[in-house]
Amino acid sequence: MFSETVELRGHIIDSLILPKVLDQILTRGAGFKIAEIKIGQKRADQSFARIEVTAETSEALDELVLRLRQHGAETVERADIQLAKAPEDGVFPHDFYVTTNQQTFVRFDGKEIEVRPAMMDSAVALDRKKRAARAVKFFDVNEGDEIVVGHQGIRVVPVQRSTSHTDIFQFINTMVDADEPKSAVIRELGQELRRAREENGKIAIVGGPAIVRTGAGEHLVRLIEMGYVDRLFAGNAFAVYDVERALFGTSLGKNPDRAFAGGGHENHMRAINIIRACGGIAVAVQKKILTRGILHACVEHKVDIVLTGSIRDEGPIPGVTTDVFEAQKIMRKKLADVTHVLLLGTVQHSMAVASMLAPTVKTVCVDIDSAAVERGVEHQPLQSIGLVTDVEPFLRELVECIAKPENASREK
Amino acid sequence: MRELLLCPPDYYGIEYEINPWMSRARGADTPLVQAQWKGLFDTLSKLDCQVELIPPRPKLPDMVFTANAGLTVGRRFIPSNFRHKERAGEAPHFAHWMEEHGYEIVWLPKNLYFEGEGDALFGGDVLFCGYKFRSDINSHRAVADILGCLVISVELVDPRFYHIDTCFCPLPDGGAVWFPAAFDEYGQSTIRDHLRDLIDVAPEEAAHFSCNAVVLDRDIVLPEGAPKLVATLRERGYTCHPLPMTEFLKAGGACKCLTMFMPQREKAT
Repeated sequence: MFSETVELRGHIIDSLILPKVLDQILTRGAGFKIAEIKIGQKRADQSFARIEVTAETSEALDELVLRLRQHGAETVERADIQLAKAPEDGVFPHDFYVTTNQQTFVRFDGKEIEVRPAMMDSAVALDRKKRAARAVKFFDVNEGDEIVVGHQGIRVVPVQRSTSHTDIFQFINTMVDADEPKSAVIRELGQELRRAREENGKIAIVGGPAIVRTGAGEHLVRLIEMGYVDRLFAGNAFAVYDVERALFGTSLGKNPDRAFAGGGHENHMRAINIIRACGGIAVAVQKKILTRGILHACVEHKVDIVLTGSIRDEGPIPGVTTDVFEAQKIMRKKLADVTHVLLLGTVQHSMAVASMLAPTVKTVCVDIDSAAVERGVEHQPLQSIGLVTDVEPFLRELVECIAKPENASREK
Repeated sequence: MRELLLCPPDYYGIEYEINPWMSRARGADTPLVQAQWKGLFDTLSKLDCQVELIPPRPKLPDMVFTANAGLTVGRRFIPSNFRHKERAGEAPHFAHWMEEHGYEIVWLPKNLYFEGEGDALFGGDVLFCGYKFRSDINSHRAVADILGCLVISVELVDPRFYHIDTCFCPLPDGGAVWFPAAFDEYGQSTIRDHLRDLIDVAPEEAAHFSCNAVVLDRDIVLPEGAPKLVATLRERGYTCHPLPMTEFLKAGGACKCLTMFMPQREKAT
């Protein structure tokens, strides 16, 4: 949203100029916030109002402000940003502005420019020629780049509670604890995902090995088959357990289908070896060596798989990006157009993804550990829901709601 | 006794087009101009007022419309800042004349357009000011600062009625004659809030500039062509003096545009 502050002075109450200006803002689809108002006490006293006007586009704002000027609205001059040059590659100037993940604007040459992407823990680089402001990480910055310093000329717009409708993300109180009912919330989530798919949203799953180990893999496969997953973000372990489960029936030696299963502790190493021998997951699917499981479903249904490694990894299996900075870049790129994210049974990966999300991305975090859920949702106020529960019953119920929406609507 | 300022129409003519009434293809008939202006001068002179004349200047054809010279309250004169360069030359002559006649001249900032009594009329204890076509709303604030009175700003929406005195005429009994459609809904609403006994003028009569009237206590001097309004005013006890104004209507003016009160009010509050 683009914004301008205007001031009205005079007999703006008796003349109905204030209500007229506010009406004009609203009827043109823009919004306002009265930052300050002083009403004259005596008949001849003049009144004063400072109004923050916001509009969807810079052009709409300019046109609106031009109209408001006719009725006496005067724009308030605001200061431009301050800039300093990066002293060397990979180093920001002292006192560089550190971004949040909220929508941010910088004022340069009297005009606001939106910082893209909305990415937390970055600096802001300004391209004077293109009049563009870019959120940059350390590895992105080159000596001499102009970087915003201090706080002058910066405006951050937190995500607002919608005034036109209430969705599940704004309706419930962010966290649903272990001892609270979840069915109604899961039903609503199912509807939200259906809406997302109808409106060409992009849904990403961030999955931990718990999905495979708890036996929730088959539910995720159904979700993929129904077309509700566009991208899968996971670590090496997730991929290894899924392949092990597909090839040997176990994940890290445990068989989710049997209460007691002996042996198999070496299966995950054999699974890695088989995929390495094939040259990758897609090849294994192609050669019909890998014929089931989550990754198989992803390959079959053309779901983007983004696998990144960690210190504890065995292997890794081919396709896992082990350079963490390279992995960050890939993840950011693959998250850029995502509208909905499900963070399922993983702490580290969820936190990494959550820190890269734009503030408007709707986020669902499911974990058995409430601390993990809290950390997963803290970056997305008004856009996230956390459920403290085992991921298996959550996914099972979600898939049922999506597969049979009539049941969900009957229960409503 | 009220004092009025008029300017003989020696150089009057349609020499440019700055409002929808003006067309250089439809010039004024000079003998008729003289006769109609003299009709106004004679009528006013017979009423309870004193008429002063400012010498006309060549190449300033609209100087005849003295209502746009400025706004006079007590011994203070706020000269106009004309929006159109065609009329800007009038301002120093009016200011000079007023100064010579003992008025204190209070200029508005040059960046604020304000067209004097044409856009500023007292009704009750409120100064009603029109804006958009000629005067800027921010000039009203400056006028309020100078005079210390309540100024109600109303938006004019019909370009034919480009000054407030073309569509609004306060009466001494606290009411006003007006053509509501010349104002936006907020302007209509605030005028209704502040004045009682408003007399709505029919569109066909408003088009004859019936609201452009000079009110001197119970006498009202107005253009011909408004029989319904005249009847209503007579019922209220006013004496109406309808005058032919066709030649001045060609420039978008009539009785009130040709007249400025000195002062319009003794005190602003």
